[in-house]
Amino acid sequence: MLYIKCPYCGLRAQKEFSYGGDATVKRPNINEEVSSEDWDNFVYMRKSPRGKHIELWQHIAGCRQWIKVQRDTATHEIFQTAKVTEEIR
Amino acid sequence: MSQPFRLNKEGLINRNKKISFTFNGKKLFGYEGDTIASALIANGIHLVGRSFKYHRPRGFFGAGVEEPNAKLQVEFNGHSEPNVNATEMELVEGLSATSQNCWPSVNFDIGAINNFLKMFFPAGFYYKTFMWPKSFWYKIYEPFIRKAAGLGVASIEKDKERYEHKFEYCDLLVTGSGPSGLASAYAAAKNGAKVILAEDKPRFGGTLLTDDVSIDNLSGKDWAEKIISELKSMPNVTVKNRSQVFGYYDHNMLVMFERVSDHLEKKSKFTPRQRLWYIRAKETILSTGSIERPIVFGNNDTPGIFLSAAAKEYMKVYGVLVGKKPLIFTNNDSAYETALEFKKNNVEPIILDTREEHSSELIDEAKSKGIDIRFSHGVIVANGYKKVKSAKIGKLNKDKNSFEKIETVDCDCICVSGFWTPSVHLASQSGNKLKYEEKIDAFIPDKKKQHETSVGAANGSFTLEESLKHGFENGSNLSAKITETKTEISIPNVNEKKYGAHDKFWCMPLPKNENPKRFVDFQNDVSVSDIEIALREGYRSIEHVKRYTTLGMATDQGRTSNLNGLQLVSNIENKIVPEVGHTTFRPPFTPITIGTIVGREVGMEYMPTRKTPMHEWHEKNNAVFVDAGAWKRPRYYKQGNETLFEASKREAKNVRENVGICDVTTLGKIDIKGPDAAEFLNRVYTNAWMKLPVGKARYGLMLREDGIVMDDGTTTRISENHYHMTTTTAQAANVLSHLEYYLQIVWPELNVNVVSTTEQWAGAAIAGPKSRDMLSKLYPDLDVSNDALPFMGYKEAEFFGVPSRIFRISFSGELAYEINVKSDHGMFMWEKMMEVGKEFGNQPYGTEALSTLRIEMGHVAGPELDGRTIPSDVSLNGLVSKKKDFIGKNSLGREAFNVESRQKIVGLIPIDRKSSIPEGSHIVQDQNAKLPNPKLGHVSSSCWSVENNNPFSLAIMKDGKNMIGKKFFAVSPLKNKSIEVEVISSHYVDPEGKRVRS
Ligand SMILES: [Zn+2]
Repeated sequence: MLYIKCPYCGLRAQKEFSYGGDATVKRPNINEEVSSEDWDNFVYMRKSPRGKHIELWQHIAGCRQWIKVQRDTATHEIFQTAKVTEEIR
Repeated sequence: MSQPFRLNKEGLINRNKKISFTFNGKKLFGYEGDTIASALIANGIHLVGRSFKYHRPRGFFGAGVEEPNAKLQVEFNGHSEPNVNATEMELVEGLSATSQNCWPSVNFDIGAINNFLKMFFPAGFYYKTFMWPKSFWYKIYEPFIRKAAGLGVASIEKDKERYEHKFEYCDLLVTGSGPSGLASAYAAAKNGAKVILAEDKPRFGGTLLTDDVSIDNLSGKDWAEKIISELKSMPNVTVKNRSQVFGYYDHNMLVMFERVSDHLEKKSKFTPRQRLWYIRAKETILSTGSIERPIVFGNNDTPGIFLSAAAKEYMKVYGVLVGKKPLIFTNNDSAYETALEFKKNNVEPIILDTREEHSSELIDEAKSKGIDIRFSHGVIVANGYKKVKSAKIGKLNKDKNSFEKIETVDCDCICVSGFWTPSVHLASQSGNKLKYEEKIDAFIPDKKKQHETSVGAANGSFTLEESLKHGFENGSNLSAKITETKTEISIPNVNEKKYGAHDKFWCMPLPKNENPKRFVDFQNDVSVSDIEIALREGYRSIEHVKRYTTLGMATDQGRTSNLNGLQLVSNIENKIVPEVGHTTFRPPFTPITIGTIVGREVGMEYMPTRKTPMHEWHEKNNAVFVDAGAWKRPRYYKQGNETLFEASKREAKNVRENVGICDVTTLGKIDIKGPDAAEFLNRVYTNAWMKLPVGKARYGLMLREDGIVMDDGTTTRISENHYHMTTTTAQAANVLSHLEYYLQIVWPELNVNVVSTTEQWAGAAIAGPKSRDMLSKLYPDLDVSNDALPFMGYKEAEFFGVPSRIFRISFSGELAYEINVKSDHGMFMWEKMMEVGKEFGNQPYGTEALSTLRIEMGHVAGPELDGRTIPSDVSLNGLVSKKKDFIGKNSLGREAFNVESRQKIVGLIPIDRKSSIPEGSHIVQDQNAKLPNPKLGHVSSSCWSVENNNPFSLAIMKDGKNMIGKKFFAVSPLKNKSIEVEVISSHYVDPEGKRVRS
């Protein structure tokens, strides 16, 4: 079971979180034209990297905040966590 | 009742407390502190089971977790458990143990014929023998294997015991209380660290209990006792015996299995039997010790053959002799300690040492005590079927592959030692890749992937001095980093005997024309020739050899067989062991009970039960409940001998004719507040929300970004910046997360807050033509006329003195209202409604009637919004705005969503107007067509239309709207039904929606 540092609550067990997918995907702006290709990329196309991956998790049984987690998909090592308004480099 | 093999004084057992037990029906006794194994050996019993494949007689081999043979069916404390390790299970009063895998008895086992038919059971025999013909598998092969194989019998009774889970956090977890573990725990505790020390066995001390050593002038045992009692007195230390850390998981989480009360005769009702600990440790010390490695020889599985350290443990810990005429067969010095222990107890051993004559501290001591030592010697084959009687021994030539001399010596036990294998399972599980250490011919931990440090024998250091030093150093350094305190500890003076080098010799050759079985893996009956066959047949990877021969795949995980197997492969293949590599270690280290894994989460505690405030009333009024997620909802209220069908028809009919009330508390409710709330709703829902006036409700539809319908419900504008959203019961949690996602991540600029209020409100729907009359009685001071409270209107008013919200919304398609009051007032509201509603013929209705009402109206719900439908599929395209953007809008333009033949919702009625159409039925053109019969659609919801008094179903069907008037078959192979149906509109009752507006 992973041990995830919620930027609001501190280190908590994975049980308290729910996974939310790739955090680097950006939704096309609302009320703006978007090409079919860009839209399909947003809805469907995801990379599945082996190694470092920035992903979203929601602290569902805690503060209910969505957070960013940089995790190694092979070893599960977590390098960094951040609020969604913060950048992970 | 004498115990012929019990020593008079030795051992740590409590001789003041006798414990009686039975073995295969025979009444026996042991002492408190005995294991089943030690008590049986004390009674001279060695034959305890039959082997897995050949049904060969088997006895004890080890004295702890390493035991491959002695697995018993054990009844104790009121339950029966299979595959219990006799060398680990402590004796409790009244325990009854029986042998497994033998019929009719362990003494005469018919399956032993397999031993003489062994040409049928070579390596890979399951793969070879039972492959063809395929049709034989279910009827012949599988039942045969089931009967022939298998260990104990699992109980079919409900487990009445209590199991617990515990979550713990610590600075340092120490796994094993041998010298290095004690030293680590002590040093860390002195630095103020929060320490958990776990010991698998009942007694602390590990090898300190059996080795002839002294520490600071105390015996090993006394020193261990002193350290343990000091640790127990420290508030920052938790010391646990009978607790095995069996799994090492991500982020330094380790799982420990504690046997809380299996050894207790009487216990309170609330004492758990076993407990699972989830321990998140900042650092872990792996002081798991090592396991003795056997040497392979002919018939080495005969009862009476032991690991030499086990023989010593039986003497020192249990005061039990494994035999009175022992043969010690060794390639190293440690077995000399066993010989000396025998000698001390006036038993004369013979030592067979594979090494050439040489000298060391221990050898010299054994010589000086007059022990018969024969160098360059080994056991070729053990004689005796159910117990060792003698052994053919040989003097090896210099090539170690042939014999200078062969003779037979009498013996009643053989104690074998092939040096030591560090227990690296936890290190390996943590991700540590392990490396081969040539000095000890075994794998030890390599670079760490997690916060683990192996010390002592687990790390390949086999001297006490080194183990203690590493223990103290690592315990101190690792904890000092956490506590930032360092207490100096002086390392104690140690007195121990120095070992000489071991011999790299693990498999005794056979003389010509002799071919006894030489077992590598006892539990799975894998012999040297099986491994040779696998290699001859071309298997090379050790993982393949393992699976083909089943080497190391039994419940003992190959603790005494893996290295000997690797060594054999490396000898035959002419490779060095590290090139062969090792197989993977996986948790759990030893078998643990299913009850422990499950813990308290069984039955009622499996998940929380959510009850509405009116639950008790429903219960009292014969409601039959249905699970809706964790919620309990009344499905129908049973009157007399009514069936579900009759009751739901009565309830639904009453709504259509009079009025009914339904508990709708379980609907998801979300409070939405903020100046941008309208804009937010406008983006979340497919329809327009900017112009909804205060005091009005609106039906809304939300999509996922891929255009699929996510949920529907009504949202009401309570005040300027305050909305009340409802969701379906099932989607409540998902919708809240969905809204939070968009507010927190996608549109953080919107000033909106959302919070779940599902539990804050109790809800009741009042539906039926007489609902307005009833409402006016419930609110005598309120104008509830159609003008004052029109369809989709909203009012706040006092309900007999308590604040309430009135929504004029309808799911049933009838004139209907929904009243919400604070949860605490829910029961009050419901009882008042029942009282006031009497004169209008009001009856409560459950979810079954609710479904009937919505289905015949063509209102969609979960079965239609199944994660595959877009708004136009379910006739909701009227709710999709063309003017504004919203979540999922861009996906609705996709080609496949807009083809003519796209699936659409339709209604179905049976041609005979009688046969109910099973939900899930497939719609086909021709019921007799060849399979696969092309599927045109499926039946999503079915009911008995109370309005038209015949069955009616909703279906999702290809090109549905153009099928209206046509006839098809609804086939359900599951229910073995095929019903001819006619396609009609999905709006079967009141298609214009007049009633809700009346
Ligand atoms: Zn949090």
